[in-house]
Amino acid sequence: MDIALIQRIFPYFLEAAGVTVVISFLAFVLGMVLAAALTAMRLSRSRALRFAGAAYVSVFRGTPCLVQLFLLYFGGPQIGINLSPFTAGWIGLGMNIAAYMAESMRGAILAVDHGQREAARTIGFGRARTMWLVILPQAARLMIRPLGVNTVALIKGSSLVSAISVIDLAYTAQRYISSTYKPFEVFAVAALLYMLIVIAVSMLVRLADRRFAID
Amino acid sequence: MQGLDFTVLVEYLPFLAWGAWWTALISVLAGFLSFGMGVVFAVALLYAPAVIRAPVAGFMWLFMGTPLLLQLFLIYFGLVQIGIDIPAIWSGVIGLGLHYAVYNADILRAGIASIDKGQTEGSRSLGFGRLQTLRYVVVPQAVRLTLPPIGSNMIALLKESSLVSVIGIAELVNAAQLGISSTFRPFEFYIAVAAIYYLLNLLLEGVLALIEKRVEATK
Repeated sequence: MDIALIQRIFPYFLEAAGVTVVISFLAFVLGMVLAAALTAMRLSRSRALRFAGAAYVSVFRGTPCLVQLFLLYFGGPQIGINLSPFTAGWIGLGMNIAAYMAESMRGAILAVDHGQREAARTIGFGRARTMWLVILPQAARLMIRPLGVNTVALIKGSSLVSAISVIDLAYTAQRYISSTYKPFEVFAVAALLYMLIVIAVSMLVRLADRRFAID
Repeated sequence: MQGLDFTVLVEYLPFLAWGAWWTALISVLAGFLSFGMGVVFAVALLYAPAVIRAPVAGFMWLFMGTPLLLQLFLIYFGLVQIGIDIPAIWSGVIGLGLHYAVYNADILRAGIASIDKGQTEGSRSLGFGRLQTLRYVVVPQAVRLTLPPIGSNMIALLKESSLVSVIGIAELVNAAQLGISSTFRPFEFYIAVAAIYYLLNLLLEGVLALIEKRVEATK
């Protein structure tokens, strides 16, 4: 282990970790918003909306995130979409993770006991009120864990933006591996920072899960 | 802004098909590795003495918490540094295989632990050794139980195999990049690549459904 090297490169990695956190956070927010819209579409009464929602989820889950990022960043300019690597990165990651988050949300909503819906409708609640006041509060609790799993996957997957030259943790790692030829030291530094981010997020998820648990 | 022209792809179709073939090959090899090593890791976690169990657990923890891309860099550049000079394609297969072995092991461990103790006791009382009991009685039942989640890992593996293009291994994404470098038409190529992955995915889902059906039938 070359400790002097680790000390020398650590500040650059810290900065890169900031980029990884920010890009993951932006993608998370976009992912949640899109996923909520997709879930609403997939549970709607309109067949066209249901189909569009299902098609989005199927296509984004059925193709690699890396290809989606390349299509957006390299292919975008051909159809008039010119984005910086950073912007293409968080939008691409967010659009990808939305498909997985939509699955988690739908799963949680469908997991709420059917009797709840029936009871709400029986006492005169409309469809919207049943969803908003009865189903969603219960489903929200069930969503926390699967959405947490999605978020951890998103953070690790955010490393793909290094392939469109966003200077994040993975990009910095690759650069220092090929300039210092010390793969193990560089991996150790990058791995430590990824682990810290993932552990912090997992702890937040566990806290939220415990805070909102019914029992 | 130039118009889109998908006819440029026609000339490159054999090229893309060749890339798809390598993607399939890398995924199949890595898939088998991830399954085999997954079983080994799972058994080690449950039955091995602490000197083996602790490093396996540590390795799994490390590989679950870090991105596959980073692991590919480590294996690709690291193997050479410790004097193992193998073709790049193998570092891709090993990286993908080990990454998903960890996820498979996590599932298989739970599967093995859920097999009724009576199965082990019955097998041991019939004269099977400890390893034989695992090999012929416990692990097969655990695999049957955990096929659906392992199948989803295989689907994820197929898609993530695109990452090995970043370390310069010739597969589907890499083939597209070569085509793009002479046509300057990334949009058309990446749409085509996405479509091919989607088809490969459907194919794999079909194969997995077949396997599950066969396993179901032997229950």
